[in-house]
Amino acid sequence: MKVKLKVWRQKDANTPGGFNEYETPDVNPNMSFLEMLDVVNDELTVKGEEPIAFDHDCREGICGTCSLVINGKPHGPHRGVATCQTYLRSFHDGDVITVEPFRAKPFPVIKDLVVNRKAFDRIMQAGGFISVRTGSGCDANAIPVPKEAAELAMDAAACIGCGACVAACKNGSAMLFVGAKVSQFGLLPQGQPEREQRVLAMVKQMDAEGFGNCTNYYECSAVCPKLISHEFIARMNRDYLKAVLRTAFTPTSTNASAAG
Amino acid sequence: MSNVPGLYVLGEANFSDHGANRLGASALMQGLADGYFVLPNTIGDYLATQKPAARPKTDAFEFQQAENNVRGIVTRLLGVKGKQPVSHFHKRLGKILWNGCGMARNAVGLRKALAEIPALREEYWQNVNVPGDGGTLNQSLERAGRVADFLELAELLCLDALERDESCGCHFREEHVDAEGECLRNDEQFAHAAAWEYQGEGRAPLLNKEPLVYETVHMAKRNYK
Ligand code: FES
Repeated sequence: MKVKLKVWRQKDANTPGGFNEYETPDVNPNMSFLEMLDVVNDELTVKGEEPIAFDHDCREGICGTCSLVINGKPHGPHRGVATCQTYLRSFHDGDVITVEPFRAKPFPVIKDLVVNRKAFDRIMQAGGFISVRTGSGCDANAIPVPKEAAELAMDAAACIGCGACVAACKNGSAMLFVGAKVSQFGLLPQGQPEREQRVLAMVKQMDAEGFGNCTNYYECSAVCPKLISHEFIARMNRDYLKAVLRTAFTPTSTNASAAG
Repeated sequence: MSNVPGLYVLGEANFSDHGANRLGASALMQGLADGYFVLPNTIGDYLATQKPAARPKTDAFEFQQAENNVRGIVTRLLGVKGKQPVSHFHKRLGKILWNGCGMARNAVGLRKALAEIPALREEYWQNVNVPGDGGTLNQSLERAGRVADFLELAELLCLDALERDESCGCHFREEHVDAEGECLRNDEQFAHAAAWEYQGEGRAPLLNKEPLVYETVHMAKRNYK
């Protein structure tokens, strides 16, 4: 089969971009979408043109590196499937396919289809961790985890941090991502000591990065390649509210800063 | 931790629990075991003893040396301006390894691969096409650097497989099979990990043998039956 691509090309964040059209050679319908781009890129290289830059790593739906808005949808046509696991058999011979980067203000384009998602890293740095003691390992099963909490935390932890939620949201909101991360830790006993600090810090960073607010369209969970539920947003909001109220009335030790 | 302080070999890269056996689930097992139990306590423990101020600086001699080396490679790769994309060589290298250094290998096939790889490498450095420049994001260049490494590593892989004249785990030398078709090890000569030392471009690597000493569990014949 052959398809026609309309691909967003952009030299860097400061240069305006635009669509270029490319025709693929005859490609195998069982090729992945990214493999098809590899083929197109090899052709471009041989012709002396610059290949299309796009993000990818594991190509098996677990790392969250691939992105792309395919025909207007982050991660392409299928529900719960990342771009890297999208195959050409989902398209038809002769189709015109539009390929764009994830678009959001906090995700500036680096080149072509590659965007800078460091904002997510900074949100994680703000609170996406737990504290553990160093040195020898603790005994297995020393901390009992309720089954229900383990399951729910695992659902949240399935988030691969790709940013499709942001790209799909008309507000450019990152609340599905942050909600999943906050919940993943907050549901487990290991995440309790920093629970309040975490949600406050991560939400603060999220706002500082310029992500928008959630107005309950749920486009995010609809395009999420890991089908993260928007209920985690509600969970984060509850945690946030509780943390705001509790920290407002919790006396802090005057030694707190000195001890840091 | 490796013998480089602060450099850990964990997860799939760690082979300490299953030696030469790299079949699917053993890498997974090592990844899980290291990820859950070993990594959080080793790396954290190491980091806890480090003082940020004592971090090596970028003006250190070693850093500059490494940086100059990388710059040299980048300039060379961009300067070749040949006719074939990086993937062309990557695929051909894959085929050489697939044929000569698969799970079942023999001396004839390995020797053939050892003749083909240097020739391919030679061709690579004369005919690879890496578009773009070194100053911005350049994925062709990233890939070109990796394939340049693969072209060296592949040769070492074959050399090591040829040198280890026994069957052992995933290294199945067709010359060494017992009556039941199982691996035939030669513990007298090969009960060691082979640590090959890079001697510089174009020079044969140096073999350091690290003997395998087992104190409690003793080496036995592997038999799945
Ligand atoms: S490339 Fe890793 S999730 Fe798609």
